[in-house]
Amino acid sequence: MRHDHIISAKQLSRADIEEVLDHAATIAADPTAFADRHSDTLLGLLFFEPSTRTKMSFATAMKRLGGDIVDMGSVESSSVKKGESLADTVRVVEGYADALVLRHPMEGSAKMASEFVDVPLVNAGDGAGQHPTQTLLDLYTIRENAGFDDLTIGIMGDLKYGRTVHSLAHALTTVDAHQHFISPESLQLPRSVRYDLHEQGADVREHTDLDEILPALDVLYVTRIQRERFPDESEYREVAGQYQIDTGTLDAAKDDLTVMHPLPRVDEIAHEVDRTDHAKYFEQAHNGVPVRMALLDLILGGEPR
Amino acid sequence: MTDDQQLRVSKIKNGTVIDHIAGGQALNVLAILGIDGGSGDALSVAMNVPSDRLGKKDIVKIEGRELSQAEVDVLSLIAPAASINIVREYDVVEKHRVERPEVVEGVLECPNHNCISTKDEPVESRFAVTDDGVRCEYCETIIRDDLPAHILVE
Ligand SMILES: [Zn+2]
Repeated sequence: MRHDHIISAKQLSRADIEEVLDHAATIAADPTAFADRHSDTLLGLLFFEPSTRTKMSFATAMKRLGGDIVDMGSVESSSVKKGESLADTVRVVEGYADALVLRHPMEGSAKMASEFVDVPLVNAGDGAGQHPTQTLLDLYTIRENAGFDDLTIGIMGDLKYGRTVHSLAHALTTVDAHQHFISPESLQLPRSVRYDLHEQGADVREHTDLDEILPALDVLYVTRIQRERFPDESEYREVAGQYQIDTGTLDAAKDDLTVMHPLPRVDEIAHEVDRTDHAKYFEQAHNGVPVRMALLDLILGGEPR
Repeated sequence: MTDDQQLRVSKIKNGTVIDHIAGGQALNVLAILGIDGGSGDALSVAMNVPSDRLGKKDIVKIEGRELSQAEVDVLSLIAPAASINIVREYDVVEKHRVERPEVVEGVLECPNHNCISTKDEPVESRFAVTDDGVRCEYCETIIRDDLPAHILVE
């Protein structure tokens, strides 16, 4: 990996992706072999909006590599509340930590912050923008369960605001997947993502109805449709109901369909699906640790000691 | 009438003549430059003048103002064929074509209100220039139409 900062899935080539995933697989096979790998390393966690799981996943990854974390704490208790700029905050914390992880509610925040620091900075979600480490763990899960060869994947739900979807679409184009996007018309992919996919020559189709494409899918990636995106409750209910799956829905799917979800879910995947072989979303969440260990190891200089 | 003769018709003493603006775009050029005639300086605008190169062209002459490179850069987005003549003491001292830059900085405001570049941070807005528009280098929002509406007001 030649990137100091991990800002967007767009910066990752197929070789970069394979390198991280291969390394993650090595780590997952024998995590204890990496337990002292970065025992002098401190990872700075800057979470400007709550995301307990992503934060825990990074903290776990760093500790499993033998390192430790320094945590800014909640925004309410920090100087950010007093109006300090993000640029100032990252320049201060850079002095404490060997690498930074940033989650921030505004688009472009990780890109901007990376312009002010010399230590590696990892984007852990910038508003509706990008979430590249989520993408890497998604790809890891896809590769483990369905492989990348001639992959047909459906991505369903809120495609407009779902940053995990935007990152994933870029990366799937890099591995030449056939991509089907399933959403209500009001929540289709934003213009900037369409633009990139078009520029990259991606194989992309859009649908409003899952039924017409479900039987062809190797992977179905479900995301949450957020209530707050809709002006009124009844409109939300009508739309959201069309994008829920249960075991009945999956009767039409291939036997080896992999169902994924970045979690947390609300009611878009019925709990009865959890007991089927299709359900891989908890495995997907757990994969976050080896994948983030691999990424951190690589950007912190992961040459064998 | 040659360009040279046209310049002579209403010479300005000090300022800028922008020639070869695509017909009908002169008012957008003024908008981009933040010129509304309120400063009291002389301003002349000729619209839809016959032109060999463009068919119809607009010309703007601004007394008392020399354009900065940043202004010329943005100008290039809506008037790619324009030529800029800087005039001092009635003489054209510099004459250059606009060139479409790869990036425009600090000139346009990102229309995405949740973009970090619109907040109180020590960075200027930065847009990559694409074939048919511009794109925020922070949040990736694309602007295709109505560029003048996104000019940063100082
Ligand atoms: Zn922006």
